[in-house]
Amino acid sequence: MSENKRKRNKASRMGVDYSLLVVVGFLLGFGLVMLYSSSYYSASIKFDGDSAWYLKKQIISTAIGIVAMLFFMAVDYKCWRKYTWAIFIAATLSIFLVLTPLGIEANGARRWFSLGITSVQPAEIVKIAVILLLAAILSANIKKVNGLLPMLFVFAIALVPAGLVFFVTDNFSSAIIIAAIGVIMLIVACRNNKGFIALMIILLALAVIALVFFGGFRATRIMVWLNPEQYSNEGGFQVLQGLYAIGSGGLFGKGLGQSVQKLGFVPEAQNDMIFSIICEELGLFGGIAVLLLFAFLIWRFMVVATNADDLFGSLIVVGVMAHIAVQVILNVAVVTNTMPNTGVTLPFISYGGSSVLFLLSEIGLVLSVARHTRRGREV
Amino acid sequence: MELFKIYNKRMVVLFFCGVILAMLILAGRLVYLMIFQSTYYGTKAIEVQERERSIKAARGLILDRNGEILGANRTVCTISVVYNQVTDPERVIEVLSKELSMSEEDVRKKVTKVSSREKIKSNVDKEIGDIIREYDLPGVKVDEDYKRYYPYGSLASKVLGFTGADNQGIIGLEVSYEEYLTGTPGKILTVTDARGVELEKAVENRVEPIDGLNLVTTLDVNIQQYAMQAAKKVLAAKQANYVSIIVMNPQNGEIYAMVNVPEFDLNDPYTLVDVNGNEIQVEEGQNKQDLLNKMWRNNCINDTYEPGSTFKIVTATAALEEGIVTMDTMFSCPGYYIVDDRRIRCHKTVGHGSEDFLHATMQSCNPVFVKLGLSLGKETYYDYLKKLGLLDKTGVDLPGEARTIIHDIDNVGNVELATMSFGQSFQITPLELLQTASAIVNGGNIVTPHFGMEIQDSGGNVIETLEYEVQEGAVSAETSETMKYMMGMVVSEGGGSKGGVEGFEVGGKTATSEKLPRGNGKYIASFIGFAPVDDPQVIAICIVDEPSGIYYGGTVAAPVIGELYKNILPYLGIKTID
Repeated sequence: MSENKRKRNKASRMGVDYSLLVVVGFLLGFGLVMLYSSSYYSASIKFDGDSAWYLKKQIISTAIGIVAMLFFMAVDYKCWRKYTWAIFIAATLSIFLVLTPLGIEANGARRWFSLGITSVQPAEIVKIAVILLLAAILSANIKKVNGLLPMLFVFAIALVPAGLVFFVTDNFSSAIIIAAIGVIMLIVACRNNKGFIALMIILLALAVIALVFFGGFRATRIMVWLNPEQYSNEGGFQVLQGLYAIGSGGLFGKGLGQSVQKLGFVPEAQNDMIFSIICEELGLFGGIAVLLLFAFLIWRFMVVATNADDLFGSLIVVGVMAHIAVQVILNVAVVTNTMPNTGVTLPFISYGGSSVLFLLSEIGLVLSVARHTRRGREV
Repeated sequence: MELFKIYNKRMVVLFFCGVILAMLILAGRLVYLMIFQSTYYGTKAIEVQERERSIKAARGLILDRNGEILGANRTVCTISVVYNQVTDPERVIEVLSKELSMSEEDVRKKVTKVSSREKIKSNVDKEIGDIIREYDLPGVKVDEDYKRYYPYGSLASKVLGFTGADNQGIIGLEVSYEEYLTGTPGKILTVTDARGVELEKAVENRVEPIDGLNLVTTLDVNIQQYAMQAAKKVLAAKQANYVSIIVMNPQNGEIYAMVNVPEFDLNDPYTLVDVNGNEIQVEEGQNKQDLLNKMWRNNCINDTYEPGSTFKIVTATAALEEGIVTMDTMFSCPGYYIVDDRRIRCHKTVGHGSEDFLHATMQSCNPVFVKLGLSLGKETYYDYLKKLGLLDKTGVDLPGEARTIIHDIDNVGNVELATMSFGQSFQITPLELLQTASAIVNGGNIVTPHFGMEIQDSGGNVIETLEYEVQEGAVSAETSETMKYMMGMVVSEGGGSKGGVEGFEVGGKTATSEKLPRGNGKYIASFIGFAPVDDPQVIAICIVDEPSGIYYGGTVAAPVIGELYKNILPYLGIKTID
């Protein structure tokens, strides 16, 4: 692709992907409404009448996130290519910050470090760093990374921070998500991937078996999953209360703000379990609508990924797509007790500053890829 | 490069399809949870969210035939504690243990128990409840409640019955008419948060209680009181085991009074009392519940006895109906009657000599009735028992009516038939005998003895008039007339003279039954009497169980009815002898 050709086509680039922007904006707005709805009661008890405590913090994070998104959208994504290793190493090292005095402990786990105005979860930085680095490596060496061994070699790079997230911050679900992002990017990018897919399936099966027989408290989660009512003391309580919330929603829900289960029955309703409150208040209709919004978002990702100018941009979008898709699916699956409980937040909606900040940065990257795509290639 | 891009595109689309598939599965799961499982989880959610407080319905009143209240309600309080709302547990423990006279330890256990609502004490007097409410302690709830109250205390205790902790009938009419009396409790449903704090904005779901319906009984407080006094007097005088009296209208089965002394205090039914009403302690090896059950027994319907000579009216009726005897038929009594190898003695050992049937009945001559029984034969005799309702329960509206204990007809030989003819070797309840006697004197109608007359709402409007079965034609009118006449003669000139009242025509029959095993010196003295003879409006039976000293029915039981009738015949407006 010559310089000339690119210049000729500059006027006909796609520009801003407004539909993607609109759906993200809608998710953010909807997320804030649901966040307030699900958190005001417990916030007013916990923070002495400040019912908007969570909302205010989330609005600040969202505002920073929007700035970050606009920044990443404005900057040509190609310029990050040179810095992917640096970003990756910095992100990986940031994990260790939780062990320093900057680290914040909450709910019995050190997963955050303080950055003055907001706390940051390094796992979220790692996700974006892994996406960028894998996209760079794979797009540069696509011919070489073909077949089981080279793929495993690249995968190992993603496994380093994933392992650290797991062992240092004891965050199993984030580690799984990071690994999943890596696997999906590899499978999508590499041609001769059958061996890798087969190995991943075998590993997954082995992991499940190991979990069931030697998993300790994570094996208990499987028992809880299979029979939440019997194991309510071992963690089934949260799942069960979520199911009560979902089940009492019916077709159109109790109405916005009318959830009863958020009044302390569903613990930390503004976090992982927020989808159950959405279902209780807005019903099956609301729940399906949220899924549709995410489906639309992911469809936009697919469009951008398939039209991207180069493999680097395409793979960045695939990485973001994998990240959001995996989190949505895991979150909804956990809330509906379709799979054993693990703490995954619902993108853009669950409470969490770092999450929304880095998700919006990723959206910024995708928007940048879309903006720098030549027109006329859209499907 | 281009090659890889195309391949990459296909994989992206494939991945997208995978994501959509996963989302579809989750959407399906949502549909399952929110539509098909919605009722299940929705109900469960309401169970955890809602605090239900029930509002008790007032139990219906029990009234006598004149509207006098026999069973009423008194407001009492239930004191409970909501753990989450208690701010000063020590003060709560101190106040509650002081005001409720409970041990501090007991109260502490309940106050410190982590529960949504813990009941400290129920049936607390309203005054004490008001005092506790005055303290205004956070987390202490005083709920008003109803407790059954019986204004007449022990009057008709074994008939009325009483209620338990949940205001449900335990014995007596309180059990039989539970469905009418109980009412439907109301509910206050409040939505709470996870800490059990009631939400202010949440709509309080209130279901009003529906009060129970009133039961108007056939009892008459005055007659019941007279009967109880008469029974108590003979109980004391004869140091008897117990004394039962039933007063009934023989025409329709309405029971005016049913006394079983010693009675017990309906307002304190769980305290064991002796004959004089003094509290007694449970002795070692005794089960208190067994003793209570014994104390609560209604001897008139729960227990059977050998009726003895009063049963001769049944034999006489059968014999008259079959035409094998008339009042003038002559008999000769040598003082005994030999049946197979058994010599059955008359109570007058020297014999009554030559006598007609009327005088044999008046003198209660055993050999005459044995002869009649044998002439009837067991099949005919049993036919009459059946016809007179003696083989079935009376159908009285009280629980636990005992069934007649009688030989199977195939096992009845001459000796058995002979003894049955004068009321031995089988057992019936006093009420059963009264029902049969009523049929004999009322022209042959088997009436159902009963207490329940009407069901009224709380405003006194009749909701339902209770109907009872009447079987007509059990005895012919002619035989009935003869029987009335003969029984009138028993009182006016025969062995039942003490059952009579001056100025009134009373008919009746006495009985003295020796309790089993024979020869132990324990007897039951009894008397059945009705008035007036030509058109019976009232019939009564008195049973004195194990009187000491003289034990003859004519001397012990007949005077009880005589005295009772002296009081109640004028009260009932029974016609006097011109």
